[in-house]
Amino acid sequence: MSQMTTTSLTINGKRQTVTAHPDTPLLWVLRDHIKLTGTKFGCGVGQCGACTVHIDGKPAFSCLRPVSSLEGASVTTIEGLSPDSSHPLQKAWVAEQTPQCGYCQSGQIMRAAALLKDNPRPTRGEIVEHMKTNLCRCGSYRRIVAAIERAVKEG
Amino acid sequence: MTTQLRETGLNLTRREFLGAGGGLALSFILGPTGLLRVVDAHADANGLNANAWVHIATDNTVSIMLPSSEMGQGIMTSLPLLLAEELDADWSKVKVVQAHVDSVFNNPVHFNVQGIGGSRSIRGYWPIMRLAGGQARYVLLMNAAQRWGVPVAECATLPNKVIHQASKREMSYGEIAAFAKVPADMPQLTEKDLKAPDQWRLVGRDVPRVEVPNKVNGSAVYGLDIQLPGMLYASVVRPPVATCPYPIYTTGAENGPLSFDDSETMKIEGVVKVVKLDHGVAVIGTDYWATVKGKRALKVEWRKGSLGSKYNTEAKLAEYGALARDLSKQGTSLAPWNTGDAEAAFKGAAKTVSALYLNDHVHHACMEPFNGVGWMHDGQLDLWVPTQGQTWARDVGNKMTGVPKEKIHIHTPLLGGGFGAKVEQVFTGEAAALAKAMEGKPVKVVWSREDDVKHGAYRPATAQFMRAAITADGKVSAWQHRVAGDSVFLRSRKFAWDKLGGFDGIVAVGVATPYGIPNKQHAYLYQESGIAVGYWNAIGNGYTLFAIESFMDEVAVALGKDPLALRLELMTDKRSKAVLEEVGRMAQWDRKRPEGRALGLAYNFGGEWNAPIAEVVEVSLDKTTGAIKVHKVWAAIDPAVAVQPQHLIAQIETGIIWGLSAALRERITIKNGAVQESNFYDYPVPRMDEIPEIEIKLVDSGVVQPSGAGQIGVPPVAPAIANAVYRLTGVRLRAIPMLPERVKVALAESATRSA
Repeated sequence: MSQMTTTSLTINGKRQTVTAHPDTPLLWVLRDHIKLTGTKFGCGVGQCGACTVHIDGKPAFSCLRPVSSLEGASVTTIEGLSPDSSHPLQKAWVAEQTPQCGYCQSGQIMRAAALLKDNPRPTRGEIVEHMKTNLCRCGSYRRIVAAIERAVKEG
Repeated sequence: MTTQLRETGLNLTRREFLGAGGGLALSFILGPTGLLRVVDAHADANGLNANAWVHIATDNTVSIMLPSSEMGQGIMTSLPLLLAEELDADWSKVKVVQAHVDSVFNNPVHFNVQGIGGSRSIRGYWPIMRLAGGQARYVLLMNAAQRWGVPVAECATLPNKVIHQASKREMSYGEIAAFAKVPADMPQLTEKDLKAPDQWRLVGRDVPRVEVPNKVNGSAVYGLDIQLPGMLYASVVRPPVATCPYPIYTTGAENGPLSFDDSETMKIEGVVKVVKLDHGVAVIGTDYWATVKGKRALKVEWRKGSLGSKYNTEAKLAEYGALARDLSKQGTSLAPWNTGDAEAAFKGAAKTVSALYLNDHVHHACMEPFNGVGWMHDGQLDLWVPTQGQTWARDVGNKMTGVPKEKIHIHTPLLGGGFGAKVEQVFTGEAAALAKAMEGKPVKVVWSREDDVKHGAYRPATAQFMRAAITADGKVSAWQHRVAGDSVFLRSRKFAWDKLGGFDGIVAVGVATPYGIPNKQHAYLYQESGIAVGYWNAIGNGYTLFAIESFMDEVAVALGKDPLALRLELMTDKRSKAVLEEVGRMAQWDRKRPEGRALGLAYNFGGEWNAPIAEVVEVSLDKTTGAIKVHKVWAAIDPAVAVQPQHLIAQIETGIIWGLSAALRERITIKNGAVQESNFYDYPVPRMDEIPEIEIKLVDSGVVQPSGAGQIGVPPVAPAIANAVYRLTGVRLRAIPMLPERVKVALAESATRSA
């Protein structure tokens, strides 16, 4: 009998059926099975936030979510945030030239997008409190804050 | 403008870059005199050095090769920008193309190989790229002038076109490229033929970086993102002893596998094969997660008894300290860095000050762990590696597989951080070895975060003994700096070690201070540890400057002088003086701070980086917990030329944040060869809520020279913090990281002494 199980879920609005080991984290399903590599692997233990996606509208570390727990779930990744980089955060990220190496930035943007959905006008303190789950080894934090504040202002 | 890094991560082939024979493709070969020879890359299609630097297509597109690796330092924009500036290219028509490995792209200041480290991209390619741009522009000018039948001197360029003012004619670069030839009488331009800084349109103007748009929508391709049809995945089970072999084809086996039992591993669906390597055991599968499960199920018997397996950081640091203090041990030194007669000056001193400084290992923790894809097929080897060293990657591929160098293709994707870690070729070697084991199929090896933390090439742990002689009239007459620790050069750049007679210019970098002290003496005392030490952000300067600048404050105390005033008094370098004065103004050095706060200062000449910087920090200290808090950092830097000023500031911020983290928290602890830390929960790096306010100013001294500013912000932070803590408490901290428990011990010891 196969050790793999089949899970159906929606990824960026598209129905997908995945056959994988049931404990395969969503992260690796996205990257290796669906070939959506914008979501990054950083730590595998929910410490860095590079793998942040939205699951049913909420920010989540995709490295911690076994695919078998996601039957029927709706997942949005960086590739699905907007069709053409037109999300206010994506525009602001370019305007502020936020990314340096850029590896963590998909996760940063997805984390920030979840914040603005719940709280369209966050204070500086609320931004920092919300974003501190996500590491940036280049230390682009000042420009992450600037980009979020710009997106809030320019919408 | 766009980048040509496609979603597959496949770089353009040479043929694609040159187009189907159309347009003008130029190669530039640097001669021994520093002049460039211009070669038509089409005409010289069989020549080894014919890889084009620049291609002007008939549609007016200008493609410029990026010889280096983009790892966040912005080089994908700032290097092509130098060529585009002198070519007078229209930046909106420029495409940046990642270069393959080819000696034509070698960096003359970086071991003359293609690769990057030591903040050497701008410095290495500054003359080549600017002269190449100027030469290419001249080819266009000459061709247009000849077509019009007018003297070249009457023609000029505007972005992407040549104009002849007198006859009001103009031709776009694309139009010229359709018929242009490299003239036989092509003159060789020199630096003086290039633009003066006031004519620059691109350099210094903060052009938006080319790869940023792809970094906000998930389309940017890093090493880990390479996807190829039929690709297999691999995880490697690694020994308990920290193992980062260099070179991988001759070392690493001392801790490697004796035998293994893969019976449980092979039962896991998706696992295809288990392959024994010298330094570990690879599990290969159809998806990464299957290999992780396979790895967990594998049983391995490891070799025991290596030198590294006996290594304990704490005990070693005590040994290094005793050695550094023992003046009968001479060590090695670099003659030009010694001046006067230090020994005589110490003998004649009225007073001698000395102190011992210690630093632990630290790790890079790039957000993108090591990885690589290898594909051996049809007698050739393709390697996609997030490498800081393309030439070395090719050579490692050759040694691991036997595929001749000319049949090896190095594809450089984006790097998710480098910081010196990705100079290492262990992941290249693994990708090559596994490609050979699975010949015909591409294989991607992925390091887990735990692999990355436990098997890095750490910044060396060292002990440094500092001694200063003071004369009766209160002058510093001699300065001695002795560094004890393992060697980076002996491990990874043996030729440099041999050339310097057993002196490690990377481990002891920075010991040549520019302070005007008449007698200076330094020594490097080599100690073999059996554990890999390597390049880290600012490498040796990160701790040598901790010792130098902390000790300078100790000397200031002995002399009863203000730390800033003493530095200015001893400073011989004009640009350094200017940054010291500027940071003093920025921080209002003389203004009294509120109770519980103090300022500390440090300065970094930076040697070959050619970018003096001074930093001031404002700190407070929780005496119950021992925790130091940095409230604000001011920095003044003179980068000579800032190619991309805002990005330069971002790089200095990166350095300051790395400096803070290494000063206060980061530590790799090794016990019996095994690294005790595993992941970000026990090797924490700074989060957004831990970043102080940072204010950076670029000081313009009018000097037009290339510099390297990628790392220079790191080193001053630790000594500035230690100096501030001393001014706040009277307690001197001489070990980094300045962990709360260490601070508490130092406070208690000081209280005991004064009781």
